[in-house]
Amino acid sequence: MTPALVRLRGLLRKEIFQVLRDPSSLLIAFLLPVVLLAVNGYGISLDARHMGLAVVTELPAEDTREIMQALIASPYLAPVQATSTEAGTQLLTAGKVRGILVLREDFSARLKRPSRWPARAQLLANATDPNTARILEGYVAGALLTWAAGQQEEKRLLPAGSITLEHRYWFNPELRSADFIVPGMVAFVMSMVGTLLTALVVAREWERGTMESMLASPARMGEIIAARLICYYGLGMLGMAISFLMAILLFGVPFRGSFAMLGASASLFLLFALAFGLFISTLARSQFVAAQVAFLTTLLPALMLSGMLFDIASMPGWLQALTYIFPVRYLVSILQTLFLAGTVWPLVLANLAALAVAATVTIGATLAVTRRRLD
Amino acid sequence: MLAEVAGLHHSFAGVRGAAATVALNDVSATVTEGMITGVVGPDGAGKTTLLRLLAGLLRPTAGRVTVFGHDMAVDAQAAHGAIGYMPQRFGLYEDLSVAENLSLFADLHALAAAVRQERIPRLLQFTGLTPFTTRLAGKLSGGMKQKLGLACALLARPRLLLLDEPSVGVDPASRRELWAMVAAMLAEGRAEGMGVVWATAYLDEAERCGRVVLLHEGRMLAEAPPGDFLAALHGRVFSLAVPAAGRRKAGRLAAADPAVLDVAVESDSLRLVLHPGAAPPDAAALGGTALTPAAPRFEDGFVDRLATAPATAPDEPARPGRAGGTAIEVRDLVRRFGAFTAVDHVGFAVARGEIFGLLGPNGAGKSTIFRMLCGLLRPSAGSARVAGLDLLRAPAAARARIGYMAQRFSLYGELTVAENLSFFARVYGLDRIAQAAAIADALDRFDLGAVRASVAGALPLGVKQRLALAAALLHRPDILFLDEPTSGVDPLARRAFWARIGALAEAGVTVLVTSHFMDEAEYCDRLGIVSAGKLIATDTPAGLRARVRGPDLPAPTLEDAFIRLVAA
Repeated sequence: MTPALVRLRGLLRKEIFQVLRDPSSLLIAFLLPVVLLAVNGYGISLDARHMGLAVVTELPAEDTREIMQALIASPYLAPVQATSTEAGTQLLTAGKVRGILVLREDFSARLKRPSRWPARAQLLANATDPNTARILEGYVAGALLTWAAGQQEEKRLLPAGSITLEHRYWFNPELRSADFIVPGMVAFVMSMVGTLLTALVVAREWERGTMESMLASPARMGEIIAARLICYYGLGMLGMAISFLMAILLFGVPFRGSFAMLGASASLFLLFALAFGLFISTLARSQFVAAQVAFLTTLLPALMLSGMLFDIASMPGWLQALTYIFPVRYLVSILQTLFLAGTVWPLVLANLAALAVAATVTIGATLAVTRRRLD
Repeated sequence: MLAEVAGLHHSFAGVRGAAATVALNDVSATVTEGMITGVVGPDGAGKTTLLRLLAGLLRPTAGRVTVFGHDMAVDAQAAHGAIGYMPQRFGLYEDLSVAENLSLFADLHALAAAVRQERIPRLLQFTGLTPFTTRLAGKLSGGMKQKLGLACALLARPRLLLLDEPSVGVDPASRRELWAMVAAMLAEGRAEGMGVVWATAYLDEAERCGRVVLLHEGRMLAEAPPGDFLAALHGRVFSLAVPAAGRRKAGRLAAADPAVLDVAVESDSLRLVLHPGAAPPDAAALGGTALTPAAPRFEDGFVDRLATAPATAPDEPARPGRAGGTAIEVRDLVRRFGAFTAVDHVGFAVARGEIFGLLGPNGAGKSTIFRMLCGLLRPSAGSARVAGLDLLRAPAAARARIGYMAQRFSLYGELTVAENLSFFARVYGLDRIAQAAAIADALDRFDLGAVRASVAGALPLGVKQRLALAAALLHRPDILFLDEPTSGVDPLARRAFWARIGALAEAGVTVLVTSHFMDEAEYCDRLGIVSAGKLIATDTPAGLRARVRGPDLPAPTLEDAFIRLVAA
């Protein structure tokens, strides 16, 4: 064995012993993914199902009963009868329903005989969360229009030139938000685990004074960093495997892409995240500061700017531009594609290339800041 | 010649706009093979910076560091294979066992298997660590860690061995063992041209070095063989025998004598260094019985270079109370942590106005006893009464009578001197008028007026120590607890400090000191030697020495006494 390999072997063995004897690394690698995925996978749901809706029918009739049936039939709505607009408002302000549908007393009459004015139904929606309000509006309008179209078809009154929209939801046919969130969540978990694993390691060596004796030994900087990357790469990939299995088995997310690409993207991203942790750790030299910096620079971008929860395309231009410097967005994009759409080569390869650049730059930056000096 | 530094300057950039700290200022020295070069000086002298520069871990601000002919500023890598470096905290991996640490360092130096099989067992045997190869380094005692650190640094047979304060905080017996080990290694490596640099704050260790670089606050005071330091002192050092009771009074008289440059207490005698050419004073006039010439020591050389007059302290206002009463009484004190007994049936009593020292290595149980006496820790069994009060029953009342000076001084580094004093005055509950008076008195008495607006963190160690003592005395306590008060402080500051403590004791303040430092122990009226949680002997320093005096040891030092009594 060449001296360089002997040194690398010694350093690697040291890292492995330390990992095995120090529960904190093992907790970060194995417990953190489980906790984060379980909490967020179950906790964060963008699904708007069973939205409460108070229905006020001022003059009950055959039509209004049918409309009520149509609303009840929708899986997205949970209608309840309210006796008056006031009663509906009370339910709304108490947060028991998201909106009130008011069918005035002349609703049925206008519906039956064509008149100058159409039959009017009023929707009062709680727009505190504009998104939910719009979704509610869509579902209520959809239910009403479907019912009206059915009525006309029954009566063979379909006028010329009317359009029926036939739609299919691709990639996530059941519109399960878990299928959308969990792949992004896996990227988020990897980002946290990767950076935290190494962010504390070098800082700990500085604090305990062991870095000083490493620096005064013949070990090269490249060897010290390589040993750490290899050891924590193994640990991080195990954490990744746990996250992947949880996504498939626990949350029932489909996986339609190539495992090779999954491995390649996870590897490249992990190399980036581990090197980034080392970078922070090298500059911070104290575990406390390193942990703070790691949390700030990893958690926020991964949560806000990765496309995991918030659609990047609908962000303002400058914010979209900002997302490109956070490699987690590329991983989120790859994982969402691989899980839901399959291996879309152009998309996957472009993002993979971006991850490779990120990993290279970060490892280079880490080597550059880790000089053989204390000053 | 192994290494050379020439015209070396090193300063560290100030944090947040503070002025840069100068760690080394114009140091030039050489390290030669076949000997131990001592880098000697109190804390903050620049020893660690010099060793790090020699190891190529720092780039000098100005000047040149050359090791084996390589300029360390640009070519440190070339020298690293032949440098063994042991940093202050030993640089060991605490999660790795003894064998694993050694194996790691063998890998780092890419030693061949045959070489390892020969050297590792030898080093283990040499350091006495053979029975502990599977023990985690974090679970070793301080002395054992230090030996393992040394073994790791020696593994690659370095030509230049750099040891940064290897002997700090370990017991005297381990310290002696370490010196013997390094001397043996040096003798063995003589053929290969090995040399050792040993940094230390213990001035007595300088006498064992072949050559000494003496540093003080970044400046190099001298670079010479230790004998040269003492040449100017021949005929100027005397020992004044004094009766035990009149020791402090004699000390003050001697300090006031114009012929005397320095006075140091040495249990049953005073050590006097005279001004050059001054005639020896009359023993009787100083309250002593006999004045005999003494051999100069390294510390005398240090003092001679820096001091202008003996340290004195202003008189302290007398504390009310009856002389001779018992101020601290400890009976059968026990403290267990789980299965481990940190303090095992310790009992002693300290009279009012007495200076009592608890002497023992790190980990012996001194701090645990101390914390129980301060009411910070509950004893498992036994009782401790301070100023007649039971600490468990009336902790607040007892604490109001106690002044406490912690080891690292526990000052607020970001606050100024005046702000620190004002904070502690309020903590002790002094009213507004008393606060102002106490602070003004402290600034004056402790000579802190000039630095009152300086930030405490930036002060030199000796001044910090003065400030910490001033803060501990703001509420005029009649009992003073000192935890390792002068470890690492330079001899002049230490003398000044003990002059103040002496004045306090004269005024009736009872002083309890913990220390692992023999020089501090000399100033105590009585000592308790603590080892492995037990109080194994209580006596005056002179009494302790008398216990081990024998044909093989006609003039034992306190360190000799300590080692013998612990071993017995």
